[in-house]
Amino acid sequence: MIGKDFIRVLYIDLTNKKADIQERKDLYKYLGGAGVAAKLLEENMKKGVDPLHESQPIIISIGPLSTIFPVVTKAVATFISPHTGEYGESHAGGRLAMAIRNAGYDAIVITGKAQKPTYLVITDKNIEFKDARAMWGLDIEETGRVIREREPGPGKRSIIRIGKAGENLVTYSCVNVDTYRHFGRLGIGAVFGSKNLKAMMIMGEEDLPIANLKEYFKTYQEIYKKVTQTDAMAKYHELGTPMNIKVLNSISSLPTKNLLQSTFEHADDISGETFAEKNLVRKVSCVGCPIGCIHIGQFRREFDKGYEYESISVSYDHELIYALGSLLGIKTTDEVLQIIEEVELAGLDAITTGVVLAWATEALKKGLISREDTLADLEFGNTMEYVKAIDNIAERVNEFYYTIGKGLKEAVKKYGGEEFALLYGGNEMAGYHTGYAFALGQTVGARHSHLDNAGYSYDQSAKELKDDEIINYVINEEKERAVLTSLCICLFARKVYDRPTILKALNAVGINWTDDDLTRLANDVFFTKLKIKKELGYSLENYKFPKRIFETPTMWGKMDEERLNRLLKMYIERVEKEYEDWSRGK
Amino acid sequence: MPKVLRADNMNKCLGCFTCMLTCAAVNHNNHNLAKSSIKVKTRGGLQSKFAATICVACKEPACAEACPTNALVKRPGGGVKLIEEKCIACEKCVAACIVGSIHMDYDRKIPIVCKHCGACVRMCPHNCLSMEEVSE
Ligand code: SF4
Ligand code: SF4
Ligand code: SF4
Repeated sequence: MIGKDFIRVLYIDLTNKKADIQERKDLYKYLGGAGVAAKLLEENMKKGVDPLHESQPIIISIGPLSTIFPVVTKAVATFISPHTGEYGESHAGGRLAMAIRNAGYDAIVITGKAQKPTYLVITDKNIEFKDARAMWGLDIEETGRVIREREPGPGKRSIIRIGKAGENLVTYSCVNVDTYRHFGRLGIGAVFGSKNLKAMMIMGEEDLPIANLKEYFKTYQEIYKKVTQTDAMAKYHELGTPMNIKVLNSISSLPTKNLLQSTFEHADDISGETFAEKNLVRKVSCVGCPIGCIHIGQFRREFDKGYEYESISVSYDHELIYALGSLLGIKTTDEVLQIIEEVELAGLDAITTGVVLAWATEALKKGLISREDTLADLEFGNTMEYVKAIDNIAERVNEFYYTIGKGLKEAVKKYGGEEFALLYGGNEMAGYHTGYAFALGQTVGARHSHLDNAGYSYDQSAKELKDDEIINYVINEEKERAVLTSLCICLFARKVYDRPTILKALNAVGINWTDDDLTRLANDVFFTKLKIKKELGYSLENYKFPKRIFETPTMWGKMDEERLNRLLKMYIERVEKEYEDWSRGK
Repeated sequence: MPKVLRADNMNKCLGCFTCMLTCAAVNHNNHNLAKSSIKVKTRGGLQSKFAATICVACKEPACAEACPTNALVKRPGGGVKLIEEKCIACEKCVAACIVGSIHMDYDRKIPIVCKHCGACVRMCPHNCLSMEEVSE
């Protein structure tokens, strides 16, 4: 809690409709965000039990600087991933962190299973378990609308919800946060679904007095200046992350058509520039961020003959344009937006959905699966067929869709085609075919996200790729990011929040940490996650990379399988050794 | 000449709520943006435009007229100033302001009233807000 030396945890038991609040001093040394959420997962998870069993927890945590400093905007969720069966962690912006802060909590732990579909209303004054039976089956947009109209507090509340994919336990269903943001990866939507939890609305007017206004506001303004008046973050506002499309394409790193190619002949047609010129209608922010990186694109759809149109707005980002654009061979911005819309409404993770469909397209062509399975003519560039397929995934309409609703790891067990299944560490590939650091980084990252350690960034900035350096970078960067994500700082602001700045902000709100404390935190969070993974049976021994990634050139040319395997071995050896030291020091 | 707050460029608004965080902090010493005098909202879900509810600086302030203890006094240029000691938290001003600019701070038992100080204007990153010079 701001100004207090404990973490205020709200425990919600859906089975018994009970809530409890505990003030946890022992968690204070993990600050918040990923640190606290990982610790709470470790405490509350049930080993050897299905990730979708009702006893498994969902944890959402914010940090001590959340909302009250610029670009400290994220909430971090942890859970056991139904997708990988191991550590699940996902981050979302929007208004959620502000709402949790204003309701007076630092973390929320949800366990149990509601008897009937339910939505939760959490405020500083009350916890309510409300009837969501009529909302079951509604898409993301309608669910949001119903709650907006039923509940008070526009502007100050956060509404998070699942769509059909989550209800039907698709292992890559997401939780939508305030329309434009998501807990995207690793299937937290299915965990909500397994608990009959359709949505949550959070808001509050908790009194949060400022202990030292002068110190706080001085520091606030300093960081605000750094954010708005230097170029550290300008690019996120202008074209936003989609500027990557052109860049990656020009260096043979843009995964295209299930990575049969790493350049796309239509890259210019779906570039950030083209989106900005043709479709961009506005930019919005997460609460507390003066940047405004959320790009909203609009397209026009003819729903009937006789000039009958509707206009549709969705948010777009690099990862979506990659997974639902270049990877599927989609040639125009309008079509990419159309596919994004379908994914949004169903409540699916965009990256995994795109990678699964790209695999299915190739598997169909190769005859591993048939038209009777897919019920759609999946073919690169064929937008409308992909739109159909996305709905089929969410609805799990037949055995084939049921299977691919568990991701490619399960799909290849049944249908084969693992050589071209773009998986890294059990999770579908992110949009950077840049080279060894990316490939290794996503594989070994705690949540198998490209953002765990940003290997793609190393690949792009290195003059030469050296094995030792790659290992060092991937480990150190992930540890450093553990500090940022424990503070819930948006990773786009990582250049603004260097360690001295972080310490200044912490000190300004009375947390007198030193650089050594941050190093201790980095290690604790990094290895706590690994400990959880180990307890859940995770191992990278005998790990096999998909063939496809070695067949298509990266910016460094074709990767050598032996070298990547060697890097993986080096990584495992080094981390295992460090892990032992850390465990002994505990 | 006195200045008053205007929100004439809300079409540029990012919804970052920095204005509210600032007002709540500097004027009410609080981290909860529920304490802010300026209130940015969507017109209905995030897909709609943003709007700001602000004190429009009435020359004949209904809020002050409704106040039974003269805790709200006219300020030069329009709007009002709150004299905290006189306020009995009757909430009459809240109902009287037809643009909905006033709401209660139930922790301190006083209404939250815009001072037209311009702090929010200075911190808005997208120039949605401004201070306008007006006659007395
Ligand atoms: S608070 Fe309302 S009634 Fe009072 S001066 Fe401002 S706008 Fe007018
Ligand atoms: S002008 Fe001052 S008092 Fe009025 S809303 Fe802005 S910061 Fe608050
Ligand atoms: S600070 Fe400006 S951009 Fe941000 S919410 Fe307020 S008016 Fe909108």
